[in-house]
Amino acid sequence: MDFTRLTLSDVSRNFGRRRALARVSFDCDAGEIVGLLGPNGAGKSTLLGILATLVAPSSGEVRYGEHTAREAGAELRRRIGLLAHDLHLYPELTAGENLEFFGRLYGVRDARARVAGWLERAGLGDRRDDPVSGFSRGMRQRLALERALLHDPRLVLLDEPFTGLDDGATFALVERLRGLKAKGCLVLLATHDLETVEGLVDRVAVLREGRLVEMAGGGGSLRERFRAVTR
Amino acid sequence: MTDFFRIAWLVMRKDLTIEVRSREILYTTLFFAMSCVLVFAFSFVKEGRALDDAAAGILWIAIAFSGTLALGRTFERERHAETLRALMMAPADRPAIYLGKLMGVLVLMAVVELIVVPLVGVMFQAPLLAHPFQLLALLATGTLGFAAVGTLFAAMLGRARSRDVLLPVLLYPITVPVIIAGVRGTAALFQAEVDEPMVRTWVAMLVFFDAVFVTLALWTFEPVMTE
Amino acid sequence: MSNRNFYLVLAVAVVLFALAPVLVAWAPYEATMGLVQKIFYFHVPAAMMMFVSAFVCGIGSALFLFKRSARADRLALAAAELVAVFGVVVLISGPLWARKAWGVWWVWDPRLTSTLVLWMIFLAYLLLRRYGGAGSEKLSAGVALFGMANVPFVYISVDFWRSQHPTTNVVMTLVPGMRGPFWWCVAAFVLLYVLVLTLRTRLEDQRAALEDLYLKLED
Repeated sequence: MDFTRLTLSDVSRNFGRRRALARVSFDCDAGEIVGLLGPNGAGKSTLLGILATLVAPSSGEVRYGEHTAREAGAELRRRIGLLAHDLHLYPELTAGENLEFFGRLYGVRDARARVAGWLERAGLGDRRDDPVSGFSRGMRQRLALERALLHDPRLVLLDEPFTGLDDGATFALVERLRGLKAKGCLVLLATHDLETVEGLVDRVAVLREGRLVEMAGGGGSLRERFRAVTR
Repeated sequence: MTDFFRIAWLVMRKDLTIEVRSREILYTTLFFAMSCVLVFAFSFVKEGRALDDAAAGILWIAIAFSGTLALGRTFERERHAETLRALMMAPADRPAIYLGKLMGVLVLMAVVELIVVPLVGVMFQAPLLAHPFQLLALLATGTLGFAAVGTLFAAMLGRARSRDVLLPVLLYPITVPVIIAGVRGTAALFQAEVDEPMVRTWVAMLVFFDAVFVTLALWTFEPVMTE
Repeated sequence: MSNRNFYLVLAVAVVLFALAPVLVAWAPYEATMGLVQKIFYFHVPAAMMMFVSAFVCGIGSALFLFKRSARADRLALAAAELVAVFGVVVLISGPLWARKAWGVWWVWDPRLTSTLVLWMIFLAYLLLRRYGGAGSEKLSAGVALFGMANVPFVYISVDFWRSQHPTTNVVMTLVPGMRGPFWWCVAAFVLLYVLVLTLRTRLEDQRAALEDLYLKLED
């Protein structure tokens, strides 16, 4: 299965009385990068969890093209790549082993042979046999990004992908995301790094206390416009 | 279907790779099992001799207690970088992940038993080699039943508060049939005159228990693990 | 249950419970046990309700897990609490009788042991719900399902292990004079169970409705 459109209608999620997401509706298409902005605790991670099919919405529905998470199951997950805040890497395994394991998990052909290429792209070509526990946050972040993208997902979900990256790596990631966009991926990107994504994202969705708030288009930098709605 | 077993196998191999590297769970669990044998020996040994059936009881207490420890630690590892969620994203039916984790726990418990069973045999003069296959059948079916329930509970407690206490709280009452069958079956095997029909009855009950609870766990894994 | 039916059931239950002591007193004395046998009119119905409640909880939990019915979850919670409550009744009245009949408070016979185990499973369910944090209702539903499936295994395994309790045949072979009061008491307990279950589920429903209102208020 495949899809080129993601549609959220009235998606809510409560944890007890706390409403993490309140009736969020929006859609996006293949070839779009959507920036997901909002202060801490606004519900960005919950939203990404729902889109990744890990969290079930309390009400409302997410459609991946024609499909829903409940009926499409495994085939849908094959098309989703998630870079979560916790990075999803085994610290006890080496960089190479982590990538090989997840490559095989996703059924990537010749996963073992392709590990070198993935590591090269993460800028970790010479660290293949080093355990991840000894890596700095930035190195882990780069490795986790490769891990999330190694099965060529259609829907790319990134939670704070710029954390811990130096200038060079940030630039490389921005270029990478442009490449994904050109390839027809749907990219959702939660970030606080407004200057970096300025000009990269096609649209922004701003969450505040679980609600989607409109953000005026047009004049001013991303940060100025963001300030105006979150103040 | 092939994907299902491929992924289960992959998950198990990954767990064992990590374990072989650190051997943390194995060594601590093994030591803990030996401590159990020691501690319970004080209550069941009188004037240098063990009470009847004490060996069987102590053996299964050691298995159950150390198994709980191994289960808790195995899933603690997956919590570290929320890797259990990464596994849940794998493009296969989610019960495959359960099966993979279960197989990993089983291998670990089997290695522990490989040492603890002979130890109990030596310390309590239990005739281990008189009926090796029946003993093996009891150990295999009993361990499977315990681990099948334990793996599901440990996996789902991954996102609960106070999970360290809740795992034994939930696990022991539910695995009472395993403990009874394991202890009584092993006792029937260790006594002077082996009660073979009794051993067979208990193995049969354990097989039923395993079938029901493995099925139930595979069936509930997906809905329980979706947050 | 509608309000009218509820009060109707309540009225019948009150009558049944009011008359039960009279009937129990009238019932013939059991030859060997004498007075203490009368605990039976109280003990057995409570045990029946406890087991029924365990199954109600298990079925409610299955509906919650597989059909995502929030109402079924609230029913399961109410039923689990009733397992705990009726369990206390059973586990106190049983030993009182056992002290007289067998000379000890507790014996490890199948029925006592499996009742204790079942009671503990549902206490564990309640502990998980209480201390498991957000999302624990799903986890506890899994526990309830396993707990329900466990009942026959616990019973059979303890039965093989040892046996001393009067068997179920007791109920079928009651002398006529005891049969009437006994089933009278069972009826009273069934109604009591239905009433309390309804009330408790309703309380939980109201609480859920209140939560909904809080959420709506935020919208």
